[in-house]
Amino acid sequence: MKNNILIIGGGPAGLEASAQLQRMGYNVILIEKSPKLGGHLAKWDRLFPDSVQAEEVLGRLLKGAEGVKCFTDTDVRAINRLDKSYNVRLTNGITVLSDAVLVASGFDLFDAVKKEEYGYGIYDQVMTNADLEAYFKSGSDRRIEKPGKIGFAHCVGSRDEKSGCRSCSKVCCATAVKQAIEMKQAFPDAEVFCFYMDLRLFGRHYEDIYLKAQKEYGVRFIRGRVAEVSENYDGTLLVKAEDTVAGKPLKVTLDLLVLMAGMRPSASGKAIGDLLEMSVEEDGYFAVRSGIAAGQRSPIPGIFLAGAATGPKTLPETLADARAAAMEVDRYLTEIFPDAKNYKQLVRERW
Amino acid sequence: MVDFGFGLVPSSRINLDLFDREKYEKLVAMEPDAKICMACGSCTAVCTAGQFTPTSLREAIEDVFNAKDDKALEALKACQLCGKCSMVCPRGINTRHLILSITKVYSKK
Ligand SMILES: Cc1cc2nc3c(=O)[nH]c(=O)nc-3n(C[C@H](O)[C@H](O)[C@H](O)COP(=O)(O)OP(=O)(O)OC[C@H]3O[C@@H](n4cnc5c(N)ncnc54)[C@H](O)[C@@H]3O)c2cc1C
Ligand code: SF4
Ligand code: SF4
Ligand code: SF4
Repeated sequence: MKNNILIIGGGPAGLEASAQLQRMGYNVILIEKSPKLGGHLAKWDRLFPDSVQAEEVLGRLLKGAEGVKCFTDTDVRAINRLDKSYNVRLTNGITVLSDAVLVASGFDLFDAVKKEEYGYGIYDQVMTNADLEAYFKSGSDRRIEKPGKIGFAHCVGSRDEKSGCRSCSKVCCATAVKQAIEMKQAFPDAEVFCFYMDLRLFGRHYEDIYLKAQKEYGVRFIRGRVAEVSENYDGTLLVKAEDTVAGKPLKVTLDLLVLMAGMRPSASGKAIGDLLEMSVEEDGYFAVRSGIAAGQRSPIPGIFLAGAATGPKTLPETLADARAAAMEVDRYLTEIFPDAKNYKQLVRERW
Repeated sequence: MVDFGFGLVPSSRINLDLFDREKYEKLVAMEPDAKICMACGSCTAVCTAGQFTPTSLREAIEDVFNAKDDKALEALKACQLCGKCSMVCPRGINTRHLILSITKVYSKK
């Protein structure tokens, strides 16, 4: 008997973990609530820091997960713990008996409408980072027509007690720098401004794109949070911040303002968490069992976690987390089901 | 006195050795949020007085930490306590109470 493993969420984390566990000889069932696999990666155009096509990366992930039993448009209806396993009823009517469950429900993008003072959904020329990715993918957006002055507002819905999120979303500084460069490439005459509180370019090569944005593209970095935005009669935007380095309040008229909406815990992930009575931390993301040392086990036996479900992560971090989760699942199953024919048994038998 | 065309001006350098810990503890006791500003500048950007006078809560907090008490008071002198800054502060600081507390603790009068 091969162990069944249910993976909830068909984003990068779910796909990578599926591929790994399948290679180990397990019987993987992957469910995705939306009609398409890929999670947020399917929405992005090019990726920081190296500008590789998101589609290419996703293609590789999908190829790796070939052969995995996938159900799209499928969520969890009910989940019960049996002696060792979980009995999971899916919304497509199928019931799965699963020996381990991996929750890879990812994140939701912060709803920028909630940050009313920035005018998303009110002023025509305000868009989000996700909207801009959609523009790069499709090549059209009614808001973008040779913009002369473009602003990027960092930390929208992140590091902000007022919008209920204290933590840093980690990916949006790099996204802003990447998108600033891309806008300069598309519109070389444009003036581009990034309004930041701290530039968190921590990853490998991230500082390089910051330097490139300054040196090759002349992006202006202004240290001050965007405080308010209003619309002029001609549809342009008046943006106010403080240039805290100069120590002076500042205003600038922009043709386009891009909001770096942050990462929030996934609402449909939370619903799964509620079914399982799985604890979340103050930031709303799932708690892991013993803090920083054991990153992929939940406090509940047999339930594992991977990817942005446990807090903001870049894509490489997500994939590494998913691989680690696969290892943890394997360790757990070989301990709990020592007689099961997982890959280790197979290897021993054939040796 | 002979006019040499120049005079001695106090150093503009920040001297942390002059930081008055006792006064600061008094401020923090009155308004603990004095500690949590992240210098984002939102308060200064929206300040209704800031357009015409050099009013800046962000700067005043900085000045308090940097032992520039007079500058702190100067940066808040024209504040009308309108409260607009409290609406934008991402750390949710009760800015008006903080302004009043700084003025109370650091005022020479
Ligand atoms: C604007 C932006 C740009 C980014 N650009 C980059 C970049 O250039 N480079 C980089 O390294 N990283 C980037 N990232 C980070 C990257 O998107 C994430 O690391 C990655 O998407 C996380 O993968 P995940 O699988 O954990 O979550 P997700 O991508 O959110 O996938 C989770 C999946 O689970 C599904 N799901 C949720 N709940 C359920 C449920 N109950 N039942 C079934 N399915 C469910 C969702 O529908 C979704 O498909 C960016 C992030 C943002 C916000
Ligand atoms: S990564 Fe940058 S923009 Fe995003 S929340 Fe952190 S500091 Fe703000
Ligand atoms: S309360 Fe004072 S510092 Fe704050 S916005 Fe009003 S005038 Fe400016
Ligand atoms: S808005 Fe708040 S956090 Fe930002 S500089 Fe002013 S007091 Fe500090």
